[in-house]
Amino acid sequence: MTPLFSVRDLRKTYGGRIGCTDVSFDLYPGEVMGIVGESGSGKSTLLNCLAGHLAPDAGQVMYDTRHNGMVDTLRMAEPERRMLGRTDWAFVHQNARDGLRMSVSAGGNVGERLMAVGARHYGQIRAAATDWLERVEIDAGRIDDRPSAFSGGMQQRLQIARNLVTGPRLVFMDEPTGGLDVSVQARLLDLLRGLVRDMGLSAIIVTHDLAVVRLLADRLMVMKGGHVVESGLTDQVLDDPQHGYTQLLVSSVLQA
Amino acid sequence: MTQDTRSNFAYLDEQTKRMIRRALLKAMAIPGYQVPFASREMPMPYGWGTGGVQVSAACLTPDDTLKVIDQGADDTTNAVSIRKFFETTAGVATTERTAAASIIQTRHRIPEEPLKAGQILVYQVPIPEPLRFLEPRETETRKMHALQDYGLMHVKLYEDIARHGNIATSYAYPVKVQGRYVMDPSPIPKFDNPKLRMAAIQLFGAGREQRIYAIPPFSDVVSLDFDDHPFEPSKANHACTLCGAEHTYLDEVIVDDAGGRMFVCSDTDYCATRQAAGTASPQTAPSQPHEAQP
Repeated sequence: MTPLFSVRDLRKTYGGRIGCTDVSFDLYPGEVMGIVGESGSGKSTLLNCLAGHLAPDAGQVMYDTRHNGMVDTLRMAEPERRMLGRTDWAFVHQNARDGLRMSVSAGGNVGERLMAVGARHYGQIRAAATDWLERVEIDAGRIDDRPSAFSGGMQQRLQIARNLVTGPRLVFMDEPTGGLDVSVQARLLDLLRGLVRDMGLSAIIVTHDLAVVRLLADRLMVMKGGHVVESGLTDQVLDDPQHGYTQLLVSSVLQA
Repeated sequence: MTQDTRSNFAYLDEQTKRMIRRALLKAMAIPGYQVPFASREMPMPYGWGTGGVQVSAACLTPDDTLKVIDQGADDTTNAVSIRKFFETTAGVATTERTAAASIIQTRHRIPEEPLKAGQILVYQVPIPEPLRFLEPRETETRKMHALQDYGLMHVKLYEDIARHGNIATSYAYPVKVQGRYVMDPSPIPKFDNPKLRMAAIQLFGAGREQRIYAIPPFSDVVSLDFDDHPFEPSKANHACTLCGAEHTYLDEVIVDDAGGRMFVCSDTDYCATRQAAGTASPQTAPSQPHEAQP
């Protein structure tokens, strides 16, 4: 089996400071990988480098494209990378505001990716938007409401619908449940788990919430100071942490 | 008409005109592309057509005949003051007749009478960037133009249909030129959009925003739309009260305080010509067939 996404020796520095360094991993189709670590450990830097939002200083980010096989996305032309970013890839931001157009209706938000790749039939765009709103449990009657009229949880679900409408194969998520209260978090996680399983998505989830990775991720990478200090199967890492920092992280979780 | 010798011909100095002509040539070479230029202070406020005036000044020769229209009319403040400005600074002949003009500076309209090869139509443009209200960052809109990343433009049209049931954008309707650049045709009514493919040269100047763009003769200009909501040029469903024309763009004029109103051609020269030719009176006027849209 060939990996869908393959990263080798990725490094990003901000002047003399390290963003992340020596990151290598393979992600296979249908696999969900969690990246955990404290604030400033380089997980968001890493995610942005992987998704093409930041240019890394060194390394390779290989992706198995539908037509040309394994391609280094860092050496891709900008139009190709943009196209990839709105067809095969998706990016879910921590703040739904960053990933949505707040002045455009929910239907327009979901339809934007379709129109960006050439959909020019209003009826079909609207039907796809309606379908996706229902799949993320938003009442189809709210299709013409703006996201600013939605609750935080609904905004986050709308952002997910907007990203998944083009049927991506790889989803990057940056703290998808951050800033939501626990009951909304649980519902969102449930929804995400269902979508990931149904669509056979591969995903890379950055979070500091160990419960989220326990629920969603097959594999785990623990980061500290820009380095990957431990990686392995989620249950293995969380139940039998080897590195000192991982042990600290696991033991810091509050028991309700 | 004699030129006021206190300024250079057509007000701008020769180096400035040369700079603008360079921008114009580049704009003609890349239809629909917004070329930055070093817009000058003009002796009139921004919003009064400083961009169009600079383009006209760069194009004018002493042999030219100038026509200036504002919303189709020759006799409104903006048109009168710009015409006077060039009469004074360039001493060129001016006219109100579309066919007699070699350069026509316009605001918000294309003349009804089809323009011929050899004529130049200069538009005054307030906001040249069609993506501006969707994406406020200039760096990002430039990138979108460079990469032909125009999905966002359809999001605007989608919102129109979702909210109003049809594409409610009725002026400054976005077009794609020669299958490449999406362009704002300046705030002309969408009724005029089909006329953008024409024999004359069309130049667009935005003074405050410092951009020049152009449509060379007979370029393909396509109004953006959806397959199931095609573009439709629209006008008031009336005939002109003065000349009876049914195929022209009309202004609605309130005539009293009791709800009385009439519809008249916005193109004053076209309307006056028809009245003089005796086609007047809506009762007797023969119904004109709609112009074939290319």
